[in-house]
Order: sequence, then C-alpha cells, then structure tokens
Amino acid sequence: MYPKNWGDMTPAERRAWRIDKWRNPDVAWASPEAEADYKARVDRIVAAINLEKPDRVPVRLNMGFWPAKTAGITAYQAMSDPKLGCKAWKDFNLKFQPDASVDPLHNTVPAAMFEALGYNLYSWPGHGVSESASYQYNEKDWMVAEDYDALINDPSDYLIRDYLPRTVGAFKGFGALSSFWDYIELPFVFGQVLGWGSDDMVAGLEKLTNAAKAVNEWAKVVFPAMGEVMSLGFPPYAGCATKAPFDILGDTLRGTKGVIVDMFRYPEKVLAAVDRLTPVALDWALKKANPPEIPICFMPLHKGADGFMSQEQFDTFYWPTLKRVIDGLVEQGMIPLLFAEGRYNSRLEKIMETPAGSAIWLFDQTDMARAKATIGTVTCIQGNLPLSLLHAGTKEEVADATRKLIDVAGADGGFILDVGAVADEGKDENLLTMVETAKAYGTY
Amino acid sequence: MAHELVEAMANMKEKEALQIVDDLLAKGEDPNKILDLSSEAMQVVGQRYQEGTYFLPELIMSGEMLRKIGEILKPLLAAQSGVTKKLGTVVLGTVRGDIHDIGKDIVGFMLEVNGFEVYDLGIDQPEDAFVKAVADHKPQVLALSGFLSVAFDSMKSTIEEVEKAGLRTGLKVIIGGGQMDDTVRKYTGADAYGDDAMAAVAFAKQTVGVA
Repeated sequence: MYPKNWGDMTPAERRAWRIDKWRNPDVAWASPEAEADYKARVDRIVAAINLEKPDRVPVRLNMGFWPAKTAGITAYQAMSDPKLGCKAWKDFNLKFQPDASVDPLHNTVPAAMFEALGYNLYSWPGHGVSESASYQYNEKDWMVAEDYDALINDPSDYLIRDYLPRTVGAFKGFGALSSFWDYIELPFVFGQVLGWGSDDMVAGLEKLTNAAKAVNEWAKVVFPAMGEVMSLGFPPYAGCATKAPFDILGDTLRGTKGVIVDMFRYPEKVLAAVDRLTPVALDWALKKANPPEIPICFMPLHKGADGFMSQEQFDTFYWPTLKRVIDGLVEQGMIPLLFAEGRYNSRLEKIMETPAGSAIWLFDQTDMARAKATIGTVTCIQGNLPLSLLHAGTKEEVADATRKLIDVAGADGGFILDVGAVADEGKDENLLTMVETAKAYGTY
Repeated sequence: MAHELVEAMANMKEKEALQIVDDLLAKGEDPNKILDLSSEAMQVVGQRYQEGTYFLPELIMSGEMLRKIGEILKPLLAAQSGVTKKLGTVVLGTVRGDIHDIGKDIVGFMLEVNGFEVYDLGIDQPEDAFVKAVADHKPQVLALSGFLSVAFDSMKSTIEEVEKAGLRTGLKVIIGGGQMDDTVRKYTGADAYGDDAMAAVAFAKQTVGVA
C-alpha cells in the first residue's frame, strides 16, 4: 500500500518510493549473489531511464510464446498446463539471463478460463487459431457508431451493460440489467436484483464461476513461480498496463476501419470519446486493489504509427490524450513504457513533448539513429533488434546487428537493448548471441 | 478541372459525394459514367497515397464511399458487361496461422485501383489454398501477407508447395506485413518484400512490364 502522505508527495518522491519498492522486494533470495544480481539489474535499468550510463547496456527481452518454443511445448500447452508453462518460462530466464524477467503472466493464462468466459474478442491457441500460433484479435466493430453517446455519457456503464454482453458470453445477461444506481435508494433495489434471476444471468454466473476456478488454479502455480524467478535475481519489468485513449476506442471497440471512418464522419464524437477515456486509461493502470509498486507501466501503441494516420490526425486525435495519460502516470511516480509498434519515424519530433527522463520509448522498426537524435535526448529509448534476424539470420549477423545497434542507440547511455517486436519464435542460438554480444560489447 | 464528384470523393467529403450521385441520377446521368467518375476519384486518392499526403484513413474512407456509391448504382448497372482490360492478375492472402487482414486489404485495394485483377483468398489460408488459386487463376504475382512471426514459416512452406506443384516458374512472389524484411524474404524464398502497399503495386507493375 502507498504511504499515508502519498497525496502530499511530489512526483519525484512517488517515483523514488516505487523504485525503492522495485529494488527491495519482499522475497526470500535464493542466494546473496541472486540478491546482488537483482539489484544490479534494477540499477542498470534505472540508470538507462535516467539517461545515464549504467555499467553496461541493459538487455530486456520482448517475448511472447518464445519460451514455450524453447521448451518444446506448444502455445496451447503453455495455456493448458501452468506447471509446464511456468517451468518453460523459468528455464528461459535461466538460459538467457536477461536483465528483467520474462514473465509467464500473459502467455500461460488458462485457455479454460477464456473458454468458460466465452471470450469473443480474440482467438487463442487451439481456439480459432492453431495450437502453435499466438492469440490474435478478431477485428470487428464490436461497438457500433450509434453507441458514441452512450460511451461518452458513462464509459463504465457502457462497458458493463452494452459492450461486455456483446463480447464476453458470461456477461450476456448484463445487457438486460437495470442501472446499478438502483442501489442508492431502497425502493428501487428490487428492480436491479430481479434482473440477476434471468436465464442468461444464471448461466453467465456459472460461466464466471468456472472461469474463476480455472484462473485460481493457474494463479496458485504462476505467482509462486514468478516469485521464484525473482528470487533467482531477475526483476520484473512492468507493474501495470494501460493504453492510449485512441487505441482503446480504435482497437477493440470500434476497430480500425470503424474508428477511421468516424474520424471523417463524426470527428467531434471521436474527440469527446478519447477525452472521456483519458481518466479511464489512468484508472485502469492505477486504481487497483493493490496499487502497483513497480514503476514501469506498459503501454502498447497501435493506431498512431507511421502510415496509420497523417501527422495532423496524430496531432489532433491521437497524441493529446495519450500525452495526458503519460503526464498523469508520471504525476503518480510511474514510468510509462511506450511500445511504439510498427514505425514511428514521422512522430519522433512530436513525442519529444514526453516529460524528460520520465518514460521509455520502445521502438519496433523505427530508425534508431533518428530516434536517438530526437526523443533519445529526452527519454530512454529501447529496442529494436529485428525479429526476422533472430528467426532467419545467422549468429554472425545477429552479433553484427547488435553491435551496430548499441553504437547507434546506446552511445552515452539512455538505451535498453530489446527485440523490436513481441517474439513468439526464433533461433535460441541467435537470441543468446544477442544477449551475450550486448553484455560483452555494451560496456560503458 | 475534375468533375465535382471526383473532387468531393478525393477530398473525403462523403455527404457531398453521395448528394452529387443522387443529383446526377435524378438528372438522368448514365450510372456507368458515375462509376467511372468514382474510379477516377479512387485513382486520385491512390495517387495522393503514393505521394505521401494521404494515409490509411483516406484509403479506408474512400473505399467506404465507393462501397456506398456502388450500392446505389448496382441495381442500375445490371446489364454491365464488366469487361475491362486488366494489367495483370494477383493472388493475395494472409498465410496459415495468421488472421490479420488490414494490411492485406489495403494491398488489394491499391492493386485494384492500379488496374490489377485481385483474387483475395482471405486470412489464415493453408498452403494448398494458395496452390489451388495459383493453378486456377494463373496470376503473374502471388502476394503473401502476414503480421506475426508465425507467418515466416507459413510463407516459406507456401512458396515451397507452389514450387512442388510446378507453378513457381514465371510466378513472382512478394511478401509483406509486420516484420517482413529482406532477411525473411531470403528465408521464405520470395522474390521481394514490401514495406507498404505501394511496394506491392510497384512490384506488380514491374512484373507485368508497365513500370
């Protein structure tokens, strides 16, 4: 929990508190060396974030299902057998020795949970895509254009009583519930409660119970396993996640085509919606039963990439509310990790409005020399060894590319080496070469 | 000076464009002529995309306008023969294991605007679907799309299967999407990779000798 005087603390003090919590977690260390390694790793990453020179370039690994592939199991197995999955992820950390742990959190969540929920937004291994493929979004206008006013009027109510009944089977019955505001006056309460007796609600509650059972069994395995990896000296990298307001609207609500057409047809509605979703995006990251202690907040960015919109559209529809989320997180002592998927070459000047030394920009295919000369003078940059090279290149090519990247992006610190895109597979020997080259060549 | 319908569509004025179509039809204009004007507008949009002043939103929005105008004109165009000379044929699709379609759709759109016949197989297409489509349609270009790394191996095996079926000779293969680059091109055995839809158009034009 936060200290009592949290409200009086400055953003810098809040950040220092979070970094201290991150650096000194309550774990039983596997050995004194593991503890020393852990702290050295946190210090290395924090120095890079502060645009200083650590002892060497920190190495973080942007992994999807790669650890499963290394262990010889399918993505489906990783999402079906948490013990098997967690062992794969632990072995991966031990083998590749990254500076931040690669967590099984997002790749071992049980398929049984999604099955029980009747989750329609994504396909997952063995359910809509093959057992060896990663989960993928089912692009559609799940929110229709006529819903803008409802979303803008009350985003959370819209989520619970309109969007979820359409997208998650277990919530189907929520579509027929009356307002939860019924509970604030005794004579109205029965109306809300009555709705919980519908066939859809009864079936939905059973589905939720089954989903909860599945996730509980998983949690009993995965959290201790993550604690063990931590105790072996690997700090976790991100403590929470959120999204750019435009992406919340454009990714899984309206869909790409929907939101794009809306920008022309109802620009004022799109602007009102992203404005309304800005505090939602902040609460999403911060308002939790256990507030995040780890300072880094992961933010995958999609619709603002090069080619997805013009600079004028980016400046109008995308960046202002994203900037407010970044500022709001920084205010709370968080360090936003902005994962710019695709290319961001045309946005580099604009994003220099990011508060200095307060965030990390993780680039996928952006030109790192340009990134270093622009946003790299303001915040830490991270990335961006090509996934293609890890998959299809030779060890020599990987070593060369790693050295070149460190020369370009790592000069004078402020750089964290990573894979550009989320990696589901590739050659282990190449990944190992990347890590080892960075450790040998990336010293300051 | 372009026709006002071309201007309206090319400048993303949807309401105005639809109104002009209504007015033209009320005045008894030939629906084929309206369709030609719409195609002209799409070419302007494609041109501006090539020049870097338009981006994904304008392509999608103009496609949406064209769809609406097409719906209005369709019943009036029933007798259309539809025989227009195409520059060439492209078989397009997202490979096995990958269900992303936006990049693929844009490539298909740009190829069509530039005069190609496009057979879009859809997403998550197995190797044999591509082999069959190449055998059936005899395209000059096979365009494989994929966003995730799972696509690397699917593209490789698709090209291998096309080769095994004896259909690789004379066929040019381009890959595109997400993480595709020259390393993946070599790995998959493709002839080219494309960073964006324009690369696919340039490649297709070059293949059929009109570049």
